[in-house]
Amino acid sequence: MGKVVLVTGVARHLGARFAARLAGRPGIDRVVGVDSREPWGGMTADGVEYVRVDLRRPAVARVIAEYDVDTVVHLDVSAGIQGGRATAKETNVIGTMQLLGACQKAPGLRRLVVKSTTAVYGSAPRDPAVFGERMPPKALPRSGFGKDATEVEGYVRGFARRRPDVAVTVLRFANIVGPAGDTPLCDYFALPVLPTVLGRDPRLQFVHEDDAVALLHLAATEPRPGTYNVAGDGVLLLSQCARRLGRPTVPLLGPALGLAAGLARRTGLADISPEQLQLLSHGRVVDTTELREGFGWTPTMTTPEAFADFAAAQSGGLLPPERLAAAADRLAGLLTRQNSPRS
Amino acid sequence: MTAARDAEPAKVIPIESAPSWQPEPTGPGLSDRIADAVGGALAGPLGSAATRALGKGWEGRAANGLSFLRRRITGDYEVDEFGFDRELTEEVLLSMLRPLAEKYFRVEVRGIENIPAEGGVLIVANHSGTIPLDALMTQIAIHDHHPRRRHLRMLAADLVFVLPVVGELARKAGHTLACGEDAAALLERGEVVGVWPEGFKGIGKPFAERYKLQRFGRGGFVASALRAGVPIVPCSIVGAEETYPMIGNARTLARALGLPYLPITPTFPWLGPLGAIPLPTKWTIQFGEPIPTDSYPPEAADDPMLVFDLTDQVRETIQHTLYKLLVQRRSVFF
Repeated sequence: MGKVVLVTGVARHLGARFAARLAGRPGIDRVVGVDSREPWGGMTADGVEYVRVDLRRPAVARVIAEYDVDTVVHLDVSAGIQGGRATAKETNVIGTMQLLGACQKAPGLRRLVVKSTTAVYGSAPRDPAVFGERMPPKALPRSGFGKDATEVEGYVRGFARRRPDVAVTVLRFANIVGPAGDTPLCDYFALPVLPTVLGRDPRLQFVHEDDAVALLHLAATEPRPGTYNVAGDGVLLLSQCARRLGRPTVPLLGPALGLAAGLARRTGLADISPEQLQLLSHGRVVDTTELREGFGWTPTMTTPEAFADFAAAQSGGLLPPERLAAAADRLAGLLTRQNSPRS
Repeated sequence: MTAARDAEPAKVIPIESAPSWQPEPTGPGLSDRIADAVGGALAGPLGSAATRALGKGWEGRAANGLSFLRRRITGDYEVDEFGFDRELTEEVLLSMLRPLAEKYFRVEVRGIENIPAEGGVLIVANHSGTIPLDALMTQIAIHDHHPRRRHLRMLAADLVFVLPVVGELARKAGHTLACGEDAAALLERGEVVGVWPEGFKGIGKPFAERYKLQRFGRGGFVASALRAGVPIVPCSIVGAEETYPMIGNARTLARALGLPYLPITPTFPWLGPLGAIPLPTKWTIQFGEPIPTDSYPPEAADDPMLVFDLTDQVRETIQHTLYKLLVQRRSVFF
């Protein structure tokens, strides 16, 4: 008898990709995708049974009972939800509570995988440079997605205590990037000119979408309980990202950038949340030793590789790195050319 | 002739055929033209002039500079998890500090052989001079004098990372926040970690108390070294105390600005920015015999008695070395 996997948040890009990957794999009987919206691109992949359920209501319990679900993969915890912060918070937190309530009443449940974020560590100048899973941040994130995720993790820990027979895996993903990225940070990098905080160059980490999907697959099929940081090896500075994308940066004073972001948010030009401004000021790096040694999996792409794949799918910037490099090479070539006949 | 031309009916020139109108080639076109102009000038009369002005082999240096620039503008360089930008540190930051160390303070480095060629080591030094110049000089001293050109990774006060620009530069130069987690991570990676346990008490002490070591915190640095099993190298710095003799402290203003102290020296703030120039004292940086910690069991880090004993031992060593160096010193400035 195979497994029945319930995937939440299949209307988003990552959820849709993950559900599609899982469907039809040996050992998987059924993949049930739930979301409150129509699936991404209008339809789900073959083999994924889509059920429209608003996670904020108790209806999901019926779905779990009806399909006799034994594995729940909760991906509907996300920063970029259309409809504003209030809706996002409700979907993230109340949705998780309802889902966990339903899970608790499901005797057949064996496994729960929750997508969380490294935003639970916040970003502050007084924090350690590299976060391990057991390090509490000096200041918990007070708003935004980071706070949602912190609360979600709290409820998940409570659930794990009440249902010790369920293997609970919490994956704290760094910023997920990919050719079709739809996260707020990807939107930021799509701006033609990148506003940055004057005098700050945050350290960023990325994980490739393909790696995220592969890891979720592994976590859903093999029981490896625990909480793990997930990020590609290495670190990129924001300035490096901008140069590799070929986008000029405009350093602004912190408060001015806050105002500009608020204005952009209100006019709908770009969605840069206060939390993201924190990230763009202080950055965040996590330690992935636990993932590599405890979980036994290493991302195939490093942070620079994942970012390169994302950058390749972006439209060219105003300062394409190839062209700058070619100009520098030409200058160097001229130097050696005029030098060689004499020596 | 002009009149005849004017009389001709105006022709419509399709825009596509006018190459200068196309936005695409302007980038390389412009850069190519600049490159050609520069190259032509260098090949011509300017080349010999440049050789005279910049010395022989300037082309090689310029080529190096260009390839550095090429890597920088395309983002093709690496930083570690702590934000340490090795290339920028070596090519730019240390190059800027080097004249200060060699020409201005004439830093004399002793006992560099006490820093092992590889593996983690914790350098513990005295702190003084109101501005952490002593830390920067120690960094360049280790890099320039150590045969393996090792980089010092300092543990700095949180104030450094709260300040914009300063915090960014500190991270790029390889420094991180003074906390147990970061210290452990760096020592585990086998880095040379530097710590100034006196902190603001040491660097912001009045001139009258020069070369008197302040309390060494709670000995967190010893616990970190014990946990990692790395040796502790005591480091004594003479000369930094007199760079900015602090004769007063504007406490109220410091509190208003959120600073731990605001120094008043014989020249600052009276001479304005001029007063911020350090006095050209003669420096000596002495690295002492390493104190091994690998003979203790790992749980020794949780033994407060042992930690305090070792802290005192390190402190005494530095204090005695300071007195010895001061006795040997001929003058503050020579």
